[in-house]
Amino acid sequence: MAGPLEQFKIKPLIELPKLGGIDISYTNSALWMTIAVAVVMLFLVLGSRQRALVPGRWQSMAEMSYEFVSNMLTDQTGAAGKPFFPFVFTLFMFILAGNLLGMVPYSFTFTSHIIVTFGLAFVVFLGVTVIAFIKHGVHFFSFFVPKGVPAVMLILLVPIEILSYLIRPVSLSIRLFANMMAGHTMLKVFAGFVIGLGVLGGWAPMALNVVLTGFEVLVALLQTYVFAVLTCIYLNDALHLEH
Amino acid sequence: MPQLDPTFFGTQLFWLAVCFIVLYVLMARVAIPQLGGILKQREDKIQGDLESAQKLKEETKSVIAAYEKALADARSQAQALSRETADAASAESSRRQQEVATRIAGELAAAERRIAEARATAMAGVRNMAAEVAGSAFARLTGAPADQTKVTAAVDAALKGGA
Repeated sequence: MAGPLEQFKIKPLIELPKLGGIDISYTNSALWMTIAVAVVMLFLVLGSRQRALVPGRWQSMAEMSYEFVSNMLTDQTGAAGKPFFPFVFTLFMFILAGNLLGMVPYSFTFTSHIIVTFGLAFVVFLGVTVIAFIKHGVHFFSFFVPKGVPAVMLILLVPIEILSYLIRPVSLSIRLFANMMAGHTMLKVFAGFVIGLGVLGGWAPMALNVVLTGFEVLVALLQTYVFAVLTCIYLNDALHLEH
Repeated sequence: MPQLDPTFFGTQLFWLAVCFIVLYVLMARVAIPQLGGILKQREDKIQGDLESAQKLKEETKSVIAAYEKALADARSQAQALSRETADAASAESSRRQQEVATRIAGELAAAERRIAEARATAMAGVRNMAAEVAGSAFARLTGAPADQTKVTAAVDAALKGGA
């Protein structure tokens, strides 16, 4: 029987020639990213294709995700964040699709890979820093200097501020990755118990797995929200340079 | 842990970039304009409906005001008419009363005149009769015929004194 970590294994599906010395084979991870893109687009575009004035269930869900992310962005950043809505919405839907598709049996959860979540978090980090520099120039460095603090304390506080700023992509990516991996591993472990204990004793871990599955769906939604809301908060920091 | 195997970092980042950029472009070009359009359209529709409802409400208000004004006009007109009628009626009645009073006064005067005439006639009758009675009484008492002219004068004097 496959181990609990077997599910995270990357399997190349189509071998592709190396690009600049990097292997870019189409893997199961890439396949599920593609599926995520397709599912997000189908969900949003097909659901609202009738452009009904009074939405049906599906269109309502598509509109709700739009408005949810829109409100989240406006709440965190105000009107200044409007131009970044497409990015935040894309990020939200992509992670949401990745997390939820991971709940489909035999699927692959690409958000359970640190390199993927780090890639996303790093794009956010880099983008936010670039935006801050474009908007505030050198004044951006004042972000690391807390206001109303004695000069002596600054010797200690400024390095801490800089460190906490630099650690953002790491904490952002590890949070999502660890949550997804831990949940899926746990599901797999209890699924292993079901097989191990057989028809007689397997019901208890099976029941637990049912509960855990529901819990994992919640975690999938929650971690998507956390990732997106932190992105908005970082964006707000960049736009307004406030603590 | 497969996650820490750097063999597949390259391909994962590559396909992540490809998928994310494709999704971003599709979202920005298709999904967001479509959903945003629907929401905008709904908001406009609701706004328009609210505005037309407001307009209709104001129209209703003005119609009610016009109706109330017409009602008030009609009422004041009716009051004026009724007052006019009442005035005319009371004028007519007082005129009639006047007329009746005048007629009654005329009749009263005529009656009084007739009474006075009757009284005068009666008085004249009484004088003649008294003169005759006094004359015959004188003749009977004295045996001589009475001088009628003197008797009449005496009666007149007595009547005057008695009256």
